[in-house]
Amino acid sequence: MTTLSDPPQSAFKPSMLLNDTRYRGYTFQFIALVCVAALFAYLGSNLAQNLRDAGLVISFDFLGEPANYDINQTLIEYNNQMDHWRAALVGVLNTLLVSFLACITATVIGVFAGVARLSQNWLVRKLMSAYVEAFRNVPVLIWIIIIFTVMTAVMPSPRDFRGEDAAASMVLFDSVAFTNRGVYIPKPIFAPGGWSVIYVFLAGVVGAFWYRRYATKLLYATGKLLPMGWPALAIAFVPAILVFFILGRPITLEYPELGGFNFQGGINILGSLIALWFALAIYTGAFIAENVRAGILSVSKGQTEAAASLGLRPNRIMNLVILPQALRVIIPPLISHYLNITKNSSLAIAVGYMDLTGTLGGITLNQTGRAIECILLLMAFYLTISLSISAVMNVYNKSVSLKER
Amino acid sequence: MKNSVFLGALTAAGLTAGVAGAATLDDVKERGTLNCGVTTGLVGFAAPDANGEWGGFDVGVCRAVAAAVLGDPTAVEFVPTTGKTRFTALASGEIDMLARNTTWTFSRDVDLKFEFVGVNYYDGQGFMVPKALGVSSATELDGATVCIQTGTTTELNLADYFRNNNMEYTPVPIETNAEAQQQYLAGACDVYTTDASGLAATRAAFESPGDHVVLPEIISKEPLGPLVRHGDNDWGDIVRWTLNALIAAEEYGITSANIDEMSASGNPEVKRILGSEGDLGAMLGLDAEWAKRAIGAGGNYGELFAKNIGESTPIGLSRGLNAQWTEGGLLYAPPFR
Repeated sequence: MTTLSDPPQSAFKPSMLLNDTRYRGYTFQFIALVCVAALFAYLGSNLAQNLRDAGLVISFDFLGEPANYDINQTLIEYNNQMDHWRAALVGVLNTLLVSFLACITATVIGVFAGVARLSQNWLVRKLMSAYVEAFRNVPVLIWIIIIFTVMTAVMPSPRDFRGEDAAASMVLFDSVAFTNRGVYIPKPIFAPGGWSVIYVFLAGVVGAFWYRRYATKLLYATGKLLPMGWPALAIAFVPAILVFFILGRPITLEYPELGGFNFQGGINILGSLIALWFALAIYTGAFIAENVRAGILSVSKGQTEAAASLGLRPNRIMNLVILPQALRVIIPPLISHYLNITKNSSLAIAVGYMDLTGTLGGITLNQTGRAIECILLLMAFYLTISLSISAVMNVYNKSVSLKER
Repeated sequence: MKNSVFLGALTAAGLTAGVAGAATLDDVKERGTLNCGVTTGLVGFAAPDANGEWGGFDVGVCRAVAAAVLGDPTAVEFVPTTGKTRFTALASGEIDMLARNTTWTFSRDVDLKFEFVGVNYYDGQGFMVPKALGVSSATELDGATVCIQTGTTTELNLADYFRNNNMEYTPVPIETNAEAQQQYLAGACDVYTTDASGLAATRAAFESPGDHVVLPEIISKEPLGPLVRHGDNDWGDIVRWTLNALIAAEEYGITSANIDEMSASGNPEVKRILGSEGDLGAMLGLDAEWAKRAIGAGGNYGELFAKNIGESTPIGLSRGLNAQWTEGGLLYAPPFR
């Protein structure tokens, strides 16, 4: 009989690094690591050397100097005497604004189009596949430029609104003007007490959500179905409206009016913002539509049939059975689409929208000539924004993904 | 340097800006063409014609340098640059010289490490508005929407001017002159502002130029000139003295038509310029007839001006500040000796 025993552990010898399969892998990984590190070290020192030769020193002092240029859309207070850092912040906020708007709109369009692509109705189905194919197969830059050109070429200019028989007129009771410089909408003016209306409204919205949760819980616990729609609306709006009138209408609207060269007053939503926003939304929406469709198709047909046999109506089946399961497939690619929107928003320069690339990476870079510093900062900003979006969406993804025990 | 070029491509673009070889003259000769940065298209200054041939006042400077260095005014590779890309293109060595209505400023010369070799057009920033607006002075522009080319000095001048006069405006930043023209004509901005020469050139390209006026205010000094990189003084000298040769040629009456007679019979200064006397060419590292070829390429400064942007062209600029010093202008070439 032979007995099986562990082979005797031989002492470690340097030659084993190459000959022994247990160590060989580590040896090659170590060599590769050293090579990569050496390559980057060489690139870094080469860069530093070349910069020194060219007489350039990396310094971020220019961020503290006055920017000296103006920006047409500022979400925070800004004038041309503030520093480059402030201008960059204005750009960051503009980037975030357009990304946020485009992400929301793209999701709505995408979910709608994705569901409609699976519709039983031949016309709806074909229309939606035409939309998806047309929009995702043309570069987004082209869409941005097309929408912007249409906005500037087709919309009337402010001077067309002038005179007795004006060529253009305002819509919605003379409160909104569509011009080739953007859309002018009324601006709310807050008198003292105005903010309390807003706070009451926000509290109402929270209350409405709380009510819906309560109703859902009650439904699952007892089977009693409370009405969901109108009570939630009432909770959100009625208190705010009451407070509004009790306080004597503290919020008034300032209407845009023709004065001087442009419309004065109101809020001007720039044409460039609209073009960028819609182009990003419809372009990315086409991709999201495909994800949604894939997500829905990934839920087996048996689920639909089972739900139908329980007597659920088709839209209930979609909302309660299919979509919650489809989300597991939809969310991960959705994250990368949101990141794409954020990064694609840097195409803003094509239509003169002053996002981060336009301020820090455009005018500041040009006026100061600090290309390396500006590009490094740009990279850092976009990386931060993208990683934050990714982190938030991953948390959401965890909450909808299959709970494995 | 070969290595750094290769690895520079590996590192992020732009990180190795400013590493081009020191001897630009050798590079140009070896390549056989001059890489000259120009605008993306500004009629009269630099624009391709129907056959794709570049022509214009700035293009004339490029061709003169190519003629002086390479002996062939057509051996030029024109690289269209925008207000934003021009300096990177020059600093990275993509182009050997930039002749693109670029304003000579302290920070560009000193901080951005460039060498302005002279001034080929004395300009100033102006405003153009549609006649229908009824505006007759820039001080009436409070509240206007203004189209500006981004990345230019005009952007800063504009901010200063409106701040000084306590006026408000909405800037519409634009990348190229063509876009600005489109936006302005569509009425997306009330005013277009750039150098007065650029306004004249842009207006000339309109369907009905008479419907637009250039306002009388000139709000800045814009000395426009060709520039090269810091650090290669020999190359800077060649471009500088080619420009000076064009200016001096007009002063001494050397034209593309009489250049051969002048080199035989002109006064000593003319002979030194044209290389029939002295060895100025050798001092530059060129042959004796460098300036003769430069002037022969498109004519002297006055000829270039008249042909491309002068009063007989649709652009119709008068000489004004850009006349010779002998005629009350600012053009003054240092002596050739």
